[in-house]
Amino acid sequence: MDTILQQMPVVIGALNKGFLQTLKLFFATLAGAIPLGLVISMGSMSRIRLLNRITRVFVWIIRGSPLMIQLLIIYYFPGLVFHTPIWGGGEDGRFHAAAIAFIINYACYFSEIYRGGIQGIPVGQEEAGLVLGMTRFQIFWHVKLLQMIKAIVPPMSNEIITLVKDTSLARIIALQEIIWAGQAFMKGSQGISGAIWPLFFTAVYYLLSIGILTILLNRLEKRLAFFR
Amino acid sequence: MAILEVEHVQKVFGKTEVLHDISFSMEKGMTLSLIGSSGSGKTTLLRCLNFLETPTAGRIIVNGETLFDSAQVSQKTDHELRKKRLHFGLVFQSFNLFPQYTALQNVTLACELLAKEKKAWHTDRKRIQQEIKEKANGLLTQMGLADRTGNYPYQLSGGQCQRVAIARALALEPDILCFDEPTSALDPELTGEVLRVIRSLAERKMTMIIVTHEMAFAKDVAQQVVFMDRGEICEMGTPEQVFCYPQKERTKQFLAGYHQ
Repeated sequence: MDTILQQMPVVIGALNKGFLQTLKLFFATLAGAIPLGLVISMGSMSRIRLLNRITRVFVWIIRGSPLMIQLLIIYYFPGLVFHTPIWGGGEDGRFHAAAIAFIINYACYFSEIYRGGIQGIPVGQEEAGLVLGMTRFQIFWHVKLLQMIKAIVPPMSNEIITLVKDTSLARIIALQEIIWAGQAFMKGSQGISGAIWPLFFTAVYYLLSIGILTILLNRLEKRLAFFR
Repeated sequence: MAILEVEHVQKVFGKTEVLHDISFSMEKGMTLSLIGSSGSGKTTLLRCLNFLETPTAGRIIVNGETLFDSAQVSQKTDHELRKKRLHFGLVFQSFNLFPQYTALQNVTLACELLAKEKKAWHTDRKRIQQEIKEKANGLLTQMGLADRTGNYPYQLSGGQCQRVAIARALALEPDILCFDEPTSALDPELTGEVLRVIRSLAERKMTMIIVTHEMAFAKDVAQQVVFMDRGEICEMGTPEQVFCYPQKERTKQFLAGYHQ
């Protein structure tokens, strides 16, 4: 049996490939969920009662059920129930299904954070803007938005860090992300089998990327510290 | 001609009548003190004038132009409402400065947004921005804040914040400037600087309506005093009439409470 040192180049190569998929899913989720969350939060704050109710029930369902189940439903449901496998069988199809599931799931969590951020702004800010002849959109854009962003950075940081690790759930639909890549060496892959260390080694990737993220998010928090 | 005429204004929240048949008028350049105990409807009246609340009934007329008439239930567009609002300025009890903007930016923001909607903005942007900035600097200097223009609200004392808020309201050149208990959120030693500024505005013939619990100031600064009680105007007249020779029992009780 080869030593760990000899296995290293092969394992690192495979893990890098898996990690790329992890990163892709991470950024796709953020790119989709950050704006979609805003739309959902608008819905859950809407004065139109029906829209408000529907949005809140939707958020309850998504937050109330496991992301893993949502992944399975979104990936398998169209094929098994409607006999129209919209995702296709390849890695691309699995990625698309996973990205949709993650975006919807995270958008619901983000929407509640946004709602807290917007509703936490004192009414006086809106009233001051109105009295100064500003439109509601101008008040949102020029007055409330930055205050809201400042308020939501800490809770959003939490969610974003959780997201990095949650991406590993996508292996339930066989998306070849980093945990999947590490685990492959237990069953046997590229001449290495029965090795558990690559799976443990994936944690280093998570630790490093979350370390970098933490630094970036702290920097953002500091940049917004110019006002209180 | 009166600059402001308020006719039979009524405001009902649910089943509670907060304002009942409020009528008064005031002349240009005058200062009106609005006094009364908490919950008597003073703040609601100011909010109605600034269109933060819609009166249930009545009329509000500024410079002969009817801004609000409950008999004409027209669907007001946002644009019209904004134009009407600009006749009035409002200074809040809790300042409501925008925390992410400096003192200067707080004063210029609304002016710039309004200027952007005019055609001249596109051809003459630099000059217009410069004018707005100079005007804002001038107002802040007038408020005694020349050395504070670059500070954020959290770096200012309550009295300084309130003076920035006054400059911000003045920048839009309202016909009538309303103050809603401008010193109630301030430490006693800071009320003086805000009252001095308001007094200087009165000397410059700014038309003002001041809701206040500072009785000596209310008497001193105004030409007209309105005493409100339980949503009604109980007594009004010159400061001398209301403070020295009150006719109504309720007014006497209220003033006696302050003399103790």
